[in-house]
Formats: sequence, structure tokens, C-alpha cells
Amino acid sequence: MTTLSFSIFAGFLIALIAPFLTRLLKHRAAFVLALYPLTVVIQLILLQRETSNAPTITFPWVTSMGLWMSFTLDGLAFLMAMLIAGIGMLVILYGGEYLRDDPHLERFFLWVIIFMASMLGVVISGNALMLFVFWELTSISSFFLIGYKFEYESSRAAAWQALLVTGGGGLAMLAGLVLLGQITGSFEINRWIQDVTLIQESKLASAAFILILLGAMTKSAQFPFHFWLPNAMEAPTPVSAYLHSATMVKAGVYLLARLLPVLGGLALWNQVVPWIGLLTLVCGALLALGQTDMKKLLAYTTVSSLGGMVFLLGLGTPLAVKSAMLFLLTHALYKGTLFLVAGGVDHSAGTRDIRNLGKLAKLMPFTALAAGLAALSMAGIPPLIGFISKEYVYESTLYYPNLPYLLTGLAVLANVANVAVAGWVGLRPFWQKPQEKKEDIHPHHESIWLWIPPMVLAIFGLGMGIFSQGAAQTWVAAATSAVLQKVTQVKLSLWHGLTPMLYLSLVTLIIGIGVYLVAHKLIPFFTTLWKKLSHIGPNIMYSRIMRAFLSIAGWQTRLLQSGYLRYYIIIIVVTSVLLSVTTFLTRYNRFPIPQWINPRFYDVIFIVIIIISSLLVIRANSRLATITFLGAIGFSIAILFLLYSGPDLAMVQFAIETLTVILFVLVIYQLPKFTKSNYPIHSNLVNIIVSVAGGLMMTGLMLLTSAIPSNSELAEFYMQNSLSLAKGRNVVNVILVDFRGLDTMGEITVLMIAAIGVFALLGLKQASKGGGKQ
Amino acid sequence: MGANNKMQRSFILPVATRYLMPLMLVFSVFLLLRGHNEIGGGFVGGLVAASALMLYAIALSPSALWKLLPLDPRFIAGAGLMISLISGLIPLFNGLPFMTGMWIEQSLPVVGKVGTPTLFDLGVYFLVIGVVVWILLEFAEDE
Repeated sequence: MTTLSFSIFAGFLIALIAPFLTRLLKHRAAFVLALYPLTVVIQLILLQRETSNAPTITFPWVTSMGLWMSFTLDGLAFLMAMLIAGIGMLVILYGGEYLRDDPHLERFFLWVIIFMASMLGVVISGNALMLFVFWELTSISSFFLIGYKFEYESSRAAAWQALLVTGGGGLAMLAGLVLLGQITGSFEINRWIQDVTLIQESKLASAAFILILLGAMTKSAQFPFHFWLPNAMEAPTPVSAYLHSATMVKAGVYLLARLLPVLGGLALWNQVVPWIGLLTLVCGALLALGQTDMKKLLAYTTVSSLGGMVFLLGLGTPLAVKSAMLFLLTHALYKGTLFLVAGGVDHSAGTRDIRNLGKLAKLMPFTALAAGLAALSMAGIPPLIGFISKEYVYESTLYYPNLPYLLTGLAVLANVANVAVAGWVGLRPFWQKPQEKKEDIHPHHESIWLWIPPMVLAIFGLGMGIFSQGAAQTWVAAATSAVLQKVTQVKLSLWHGLTPMLYLSLVTLIIGIGVYLVAHKLIPFFTTLWKKLSHIGPNIMYSRIMRAFLSIAGWQTRLLQSGYLRYYIIIIVVTSVLLSVTTFLTRYNRFPIPQWINPRFYDVIFIVIIIISSLLVIRANSRLATITFLGAIGFSIAILFLLYSGPDLAMVQFAIETLTVILFVLVIYQLPKFTKSNYPIHSNLVNIIVSVAGGLMMTGLMLLTSAIPSNSELAEFYMQNSLSLAKGRNVVNVILVDFRGLDTMGEITVLMIAAIGVFALLGLKQASKGGGKQ
Repeated sequence: MGANNKMQRSFILPVATRYLMPLMLVFSVFLLLRGHNEIGGGFVGGLVAASALMLYAIALSPSALWKLLPLDPRFIAGAGLMISLISGLIPLFNGLPFMTGMWIEQSLPVVGKVGTPTLFDLGVYFLVIGVVVWILLEFAEDE
């Protein structure tokens, strides 16, 4: 287990090395990088063998806040991790070939491996906060992978959309996890499972549930957040196969499964989750029927399948959980294959439109074979594992106590769409004649690394169906036991006798084949229907909300950011005056009078200099005079600092005054004409009022601080401990670099950012100057 | 400085700068090193050093300063921030929380006691020099 948890962190390192490796080896780097998921797979299998109960390991994280990094590999985590690492390996091999001549291949490897490591982190984290961190990392890597072809506007928009939707859901989920943490006082998911009664009795539980559900819904593309997933098909096909079908979008399903023992007991769970799943199941299936792009077809059926899994978990019966786990596995196998096949077809023929494709089997025999196997699995035809999975789904709905016929009917409807889409994507492009022949499509032969990965997946789907008592049964049983928190037996077999489920399968198949055959009429019908309905769809809502955000942002920018320095100063001064006055009025009844100290005669000299210079500044008629008088004020203040034993302050003030003069000398020739007297009277009046108010406020604050004795023990602490703890006699400096060093760290970072800002602004000015000359 | 071409160039300033600038730089290092016990520190030291460099830029020309600087001021600023960050990270490798002050027991000659806060102050010093010179040169080069 230690090596497995380390291999997650190793993944991030490998990802960082990947670009250099890619520069060195070009696309052949894939063969080296694929070793990483291979080692993970081997570790997983060894771990599964050596122990029956879930191995756990804990590292200290922020122990002072009671946070520990814990990793657990139970059956659910194992199933997910096997899919992540196994399919990940195939996708890396495939991607190396698919993006062979792409100039940005190294980015693909970088982000795919980062994704893989984070996704493994999501499934084996035992701590909810760590799960969240990895969860967001998957969203970020998904963002970069969808935006892989960043030259295209549509790619960038889809990447943004996916990030905003899943990231927003992630934040809701964080709030939900924090609520659960508040209720139980721990972020360990195992503790939550033990304290389940505590959670169910809490009033916050339903809020936590809804927030977490939002996270799961956005991530797993549940209605009405499903729209980002089809748009995410902008990503290169290996990415779609891996992130947006086999693994990342299952994170939401995973989260629901993981928290079923914690939140499943809430009444809301059964009232909400199944319906969301069901709605997504049906909508996804119907939306799929209006598509002609292979990837879009697969994307919408993925949405539908995800809905199915959420639906089954929502039912929450042992049978339904079994079916969900089996479906999770099956779906990853056949949908991953079909996506990779779609990529291969696109690579060879240059199009993914099923209307223009046909008779590809001669050119791409192996791809056709893989596609056929996966399509049969998707359609639920024995002896493929998809058949067993579908039987299980029907069994869960038929024997559910509430509304069994409605649920079963809708499940049949969704599966009919699955049968049709499986045919359209997996059979039609290879065996049928193209519907509309296009002259410019000249498919070439398949390359070996574009058919081996889908073939491997397809063979797994076949093997697990025929030998269903083997790995599939063990894995699904382990995952189900982990979700239900008790040891559960699962028996998978192809033949159950003449059950109602078998008849339903038969009916599904017959209607499905019917739908498959009338594609040329059905697809245009649904396309126009969805086009008509699209103006009330969530995708449009999304863009409306985004536009509203932008216009509000624009409005408040125009309101606050006039671009004139004087307005900024006025706003800053007025705001601080108002805030100070309000605070003062709410805290003190009367103004405390400080003790009067007789000034020394040399104090008076500098005070007089300051007052006279201030008056002269207002009357000054040139910039030089202004800067001189301001300098006089600054230096006098510095001297006052010195006289009142603040030598550090005085020194900084001197240096700053000097630098101000230097700055002035540098820019004096470039400043516009001095236009003080041109301001209209009312504007001068405002200036006067604001500046007097600002001055009064500062005076008041100074008097206040000297009148109220500070009761803080801090000053004393610093004085006493400066030498003993921090080995310095200059308390001011010790505070800056040691006691409050973190503040200084922040300040110097801000200083750096300010410098970058100045650089950018001046750069902009220069650019616009250059443009203005024409 | 465009105006220099029209005006008679002063001899006093460049000549004085030749002697003043090294002195000021030495003084800034002095301020930096004594900062922990007496008046001074990385921030003020950095400001003094930056003024010294800018004096040079004014007396001769900004491009002369560019030639004089061994490194790009942007690099100096970034390196300063990096040094400060590293000084905070060192304790982590010894199992202590971020930014815990760690000291070498033996005092070094001239410099005095050295520890991670000294390193931190050094980072501040470089960052201030870098940022100030960077910003001011940006203005100077604007013509």
C-alpha cells in the first residue's frame, strides 16, 4: 500500500519529466510512459491478492490541525483504480500514435499522466479533503486536455465550460464535505461511516447531501448539467475515451457510491438521486438519437449510462448496487473501445459523420472487429459482458418496490437507444454502404497502435462475459461489498433460465434493431426536434448566465474604474473616512483626549516646516515646486521619526523620499502640462472637502491611538524574546524577518506583483503609442 | 535622457557618482548585515542600493546602468523572492514548521550570527533592489 500511495506522487513527477522525454523520443515516449500505469496495475493486482480486507495507510499531513493523509484500497477503489490504470496505459499507447505528428504531444502526455495520478488519488483517498484536492486536479487536467487544440475558439470555450461547471460543482461539494466534517469532527470517510447515526440526526445532513450531490452531478454530467460533456468532445479522441467516458466522469458515480453508507440512509437520497439518474438516463438516450457525429453519439449515450449508474445507486438496494458496479465496469470497457474506434476511423477517413462513412471493414479489419465486439456488448448481446450487465439492470428495476413498471419501461427505452447507437457507431461505418457518398473521403489503412488498444479492451469485454465467474465476478463482488459495507456475494452468469429479464432483453433488441434500420428518417427528425428545443436547453442557459456575469462585471468596472488617478484617490479616501467614522461611532461615546506633552523647540521647527510646505503645495504653480514642497514635508516627517526614536522608520522614509525624487527626475520630461488651475470650482470644492476629511481622519486616528493605552502583551513579548528566541537586538527587524516573517513574505510577493503590473502597464502604453503614430 | 543633448552636461555629478555609488553600495551591505542587531535591515539596505544604482543611471544614462548590471533587474527581483522562499523552506527539511528560524551556532567573522532569517533578509534586499531598479528603469526607458 505504501508503494501504491507513493506511486501517485511519483505520477506527478513522471508527468513533469514527460515533456522532456517526449522531446527526446518523439511519439515513442509513449512506450516508456506506459510503464507507469503498468506498474500501478501490477501493484494493484499484488495488493488484491495478498489481503482480503482493505489495506490502509496513513501519513501525517497537517497534524496540528488533525489532518492525516490516508489511503485505502477497498473493493470499490480497486475496481476504479484498475480501470484508471489499465485504460490509461492503452490510452497513452494509443495517444502516442494518434497525435504522432502533433507539435504539442508533450502536453498530452503531461496532462494525461497528471490526470491519471490525480484520479488514482480520488479513488484511494480515505480523507475527504484529500479527495477534494485530487478531484479538482482532475477538473484542471480535464480543462487543459479539452483545450488541447487551443488554436480553436470552440476548444477553448468547451474547456472553459467544463472547468466552470465541474469546478463550480466541486466548490459546492467542498462545502458539503466541510459540513460533514463539522458534524463528525473528522474528515476521514471511515469515521463518517462509523458515525452514521450522528450524521443522520444532524439538521445539516440534508444541506451537506445536496451540496455533495451537486458536485457529483456536475462531474458525472447529470441533467441539467449534462451539456458540458458533449461539448468536451472537442478534446482529442484518446482524451474523450479516457476522461470523458471511462474514468473522470465516473468520479461523481464513485463519490455517490463511496458516500452511500454515509448518506444513503437519508430520506432525501431515495427521493432525489434515482429521479436525477432516471431523467439523465432518458434525456441522454433521446438526445443521442439526433446525432450523426460518432463522438457526439457516444457522448450522449455516455451521459445516459452515467444517469443509469446514478439511478441504480439512488435505488440503493443490494441488487441495484451490484448492477451499478457491474455496469460501471462494462460501460468503461465497451465505451472506451468505441471511442478509440471512432478516433481510428477519424484518423483514417478524416470524418466522423456516420452518414458519410461505410465499407471500412476491408481497410480496417481489426478496428472493425474491435468495434463489432464492443457494439455487441453495448447492445447487450450474449456472450458479451454487456448482456449480463443489462439483465442485472432490468432485475433491479423489476424487483424494486416502487413503480417497478415505469422504471423498467424507461430503462428499456434507454437501452433501445443504446442498441441503435451501438449499431450506428460500431457496425454501420464498417459494413454498410455510406448513405451520402462524399468524393473527398479517402480512408487509408489502420495503423497498428490505433487498433491494438481498442482490441484489448474489446477482448476484455468478451472474456469477462464468457468467463464471467472470473475476474469480473470477484471485482464486482468486492466493490459491492465495499459500497454496502458488508460482504456480499455476486454470481454472474450468461444463462439464468427463461426469466422476465431475458424477454425484456429480447424486446429491447428487436425494437433497437428497428430503430437502427430507420436511422435515415429518425436522425433528421430528432435533430430538428432538438434544434427547436435548444433555446430552452441548459446549454443556452449556461451562455446566458455567462453573458450576465460579464455584463455585471463590465458595469461595475465602468462604475468604479474611471481610469483617472484623482477619482481613485477620492474613492479610497472617502471609503476609509466613512469606515473609520462608523467604527468610531459604534465603539466610543466620546473622543478620548490624549495627554498633552510639551513639544521641544526643534520639534516645533519641523512641524512649522510641514505646515508651511503643505500650504505652499496647494498654491504651487509648477511641478518642480510641488515636488520640492512634498519633499520638504517628507523629510521633516522623517526627522520627526528620528526625534521620537523611530530610526528604522526614519531611514526608510529618507530612502523613499530620495527614490521619489529620482523617479520624478526620470519622468519630468514626459509628464503632460501642469494643469492645476484648469479645474472647475465645484471639482476643486470636492477635492478640498475630501482632503480635509482625510486629514482630519488621520489626525483623529493618531490622537486615538496615543490616548488609548494599548493593553496588548505583544510589545512586551517581542521586547523580551527578540534576543533569546530570535537572536537579534533590533526588535523591529526581528519582527519583520522572524516573528512576522510570513507577513513580510506576503508583502514582498505583492511588491513583485506590483513591479510586474508596472511593467505590463508601461509596456501597454508603449504599444499604444507606437500604434498612434501611424 | 533626451534633454541632455540640448543642455550642457554637468561634470560634477558623473564624477561624484563614480565615488559615491560604490560607497553607497558598501553602505547598503553594511545596513543589511547589521540589521538584526542595530538599525538597518534588508529593506532599507535594498532601498539605499537601489538609490545608488539609480544615481548612476541619472548621472550617466539608463543604458549605462543596464551595461553595469551583471544581471537583469527582473532576475534579481525574482531571485530575491526565491531566496526568501527557500529560507522559509529550509526548516521543513529538518522537521520544523515553515519559516522557523534556524541558526548556525558559531558566529562568523564580520557577518556575525547567521541563520535562516539572515537569508530571508538577503532575499528581501535583492528583491527590493530588483523591483525598484526595474520599475524606475521602465520609466527611464520610456522615451
